[in-house]
Amino acid sequence: MREVPGLIACEECDAVYRRLPLGRSEVAFCRRCGAELERDTRTQRRHVLPLAIAGLCMYLIAHVFPILELELRSGLSSQTTLIGSVRSLRGEGMIFVALLVLATTILFPLIQLLALIYLLTFPIRLRRFGHPTTFNLSGRLIQVLRPWVMVEVFLLGVIVAFVKLTSMAIVLPGVALWAFGALAFLLTAVFSFDPRCIYMSRGSYKKQEK
Amino acid sequence: MPVNRAAQSASQSAESALRVKTAAKLGMVSCPHCATLWEAVKAHDRCGRCGAGLHMRKPNSLRRTWALVIAAYIMYVPANILPVMITIPFLGQEQQDTIMSGIIYFWNSGSWGLALIVFTASFLVPLFKLAVLTQLLIAVQDRSKRHLLLRAKLYRVVAVIGRWSMLDVFVVTLMTGLIQIKGFATVHPGEGIAAFAAVVVLTMLASISFDPRLMWDAAEHEPGRSHESRRGK
Repeated sequence: MREVPGLIACEECDAVYRRLPLGRSEVAFCRRCGAELERDTRTQRRHVLPLAIAGLCMYLIAHVFPILELELRSGLSSQTTLIGSVRSLRGEGMIFVALLVLATTILFPLIQLLALIYLLTFPIRLRRFGHPTTFNLSGRLIQVLRPWVMVEVFLLGVIVAFVKLTSMAIVLPGVALWAFGALAFLLTAVFSFDPRCIYMSRGSYKKQEK
Repeated sequence: MPVNRAAQSASQSAESALRVKTAAKLGMVSCPHCATLWEAVKAHDRCGRCGAGLHMRKPNSLRRTWALVIAAYIMYVPANILPVMITIPFLGQEQQDTIMSGIIYFWNSGSWGLALIVFTASFLVPLFKLAVLTQLLIAVQDRSKRHLLLRAKLYRVVAVIGRWSMLDVFVVTLMTGLIQIKGFATVHPGEGIAAFAAVVVLTMLASISFDPRLMWDAAEHEPGRSHESRRGK
């Protein structure tokens, strides 16, 4: 098995291209099928770690405080956190749905953020001596879990539920709702980072050493 | 004639699109994780950089995708027939909502924007995904050369929009969590939401297990030459 340096294959149609050095924020597309080949994320990369840490803070706020509060004319009130909702789903016997919501809005975003922080704080000096398994695994985990992190979809769900409820009671947005909004925004920014570029940059270091 | 010329250039570009050198033709395998290209890869080899398993194409892509798509079709029926949410008010009659009746409720109450969003996310997107995935699978098996670029784009769209169908699952989750008020009303999830969640998960898994490179492979295949004779060269 030999590595072929300097070439890249399109992920969606397998066409092979010579890799060209990209300028700032440039994106290379496949000429055959139009899929993205490579993207320059040097500018974003510097912001990713602080954004991920900010995301972690928002994540905590989003799960501790209630998302929506309900006030009825009769003086009754109700409020819920996301975890509380998942718990009542489980109580209703909807274990599969409860697990799905738990995974897509609670577990996977946390794993994503922690794996990303681990990747980025991994000492650069150690990177040169090959990648240890946990490093590789967390890089792969970020890519595999990416479609399953649904914070922004959940946010839209909150808005729909909000409108649905306004007909029967006074609905107040909770602190966690704003935190969820910020988290969705931060996650989108953080996901612009491609864990792939860690391996790619290592390749270019190697070339320079030669 | 402008129409003819356009058609001619389109067919020419389609032909030239198939003459592109692919990694498979060059005997190379691209790492699915870090995109490093490798030559002379043996079975069960792992990427020397990141350790991901190397495959020329996603393993058993067509069979897996078909299985997931068919399972999603089956779950699609109960997802739309069974109630997704059951509201039991303190006074009055129990109300059962299906996906469609939720959309109609929004439409009738005047929030057309939301009705459109929910209609798109919960009804159009799953149907569109199933239709496109089925079409892509059939086209690969027919070794179709037509509309390759369009199919590539459709695949990309399906891969991106799939997650938005989870919208209704989250709405039901929130309603169940919030409205458990004795003396006012209680909301319970119906079986329909589990079936609906299954449709979303199955179609997402199907679009992940489908390998778009197979479309281009199938189109490159020339009818006169079979796989065996090419391999024998």
